[in-house]
Amino acid sequence: MTIKDMVDILHARVLCGEERLDTPVYTACCSDLMSDVLAFVNEKTVLITGLANPHVLRTADMLDLKCLVYVRSKVPNDEIIEQADEQGLAVIATRETAFTACGLLYSAGLRGVPIEWPESEEAT
Amino acid sequence: MSSVLIHADYPVEAEDYTRGGEASADIKRKLKQLGVSANVLRRVSVASYEVEMNLVIHSDGGVLTLEVSPEAVWLISADRGPGIPDVEMAMREGWSTASETARSQGFGAGMGLPNMKRNADDFDITSKVGEGTTIRMGFRLA
Repeated sequence: MTIKDMVDILHARVLCGEERLDTPVYTACCSDLMSDVLAFVNEKTVLITGLANPHVLRTADMLDLKCLVYVRSKVPNDEIIEQADEQGLAVIATRETAFTACGLLYSAGLRGVPIEWPESEEAT
Repeated sequence: MSSVLIHADYPVEAEDYTRGGEASADIKRKLKQLGVSANVLRRVSVASYEVEMNLVIHSDGGVLTLEVSPEAVWLISADRGPGIPDVEMAMREGWSTASETARSQGFGAGMGLPNMKRNADDFDITSKVGEGTTIRMGFRLA
């Protein structure tokens, strides 16, 4: 799947990075909690979020993420979008909720980040 | 004693969510310029951002220090308080004492300290209530 495919599936608007839409995406993570993102995500992952503050960009910078998907019509301000563009990110926004956006992308074949839990950390 | 390639101190202010993360961005830039491998760069970046945001969220302010030798990258966070009453509890995933402000900024998942420990090759935390907390993290380069 490419970012362009996600734009079509989610009927999303491209906020920046029009020239990067051919970038392939391999896995996705959906969270508004940046520490969870920092724990589980790698650079080939798309971040689906509703958090529209500069820390999403800083998190994306630390992890070298390539694409952010904003859900439920949350859109960051122009300053954040400009900075995202400078960072080389593609940012897209959909009106769908996080649940529906994830469901649509999963149905189209996108999968979550594989996580290997040490035995001692298994949920009970 | 091995030679130090880089030594940089970054003061971090309490509750400065606007600038929180700037030190980590600079640390990442410096290490990238040095040609540090992608794997180490990524682990240092995650740990650095977490520890920097911990200073913003939980401390009364402190200093984040970067030291690079040919053998390793070291991150040292030293704050002015208030100290952690129960370090063992603070190390548990999901345990969080973050404020509503921190949560509204996307933090307080209770993953900060475990994330740092997971990403560093060496991790040490000492804390005393009323004095402060020091975290040392080492990342081997060889």
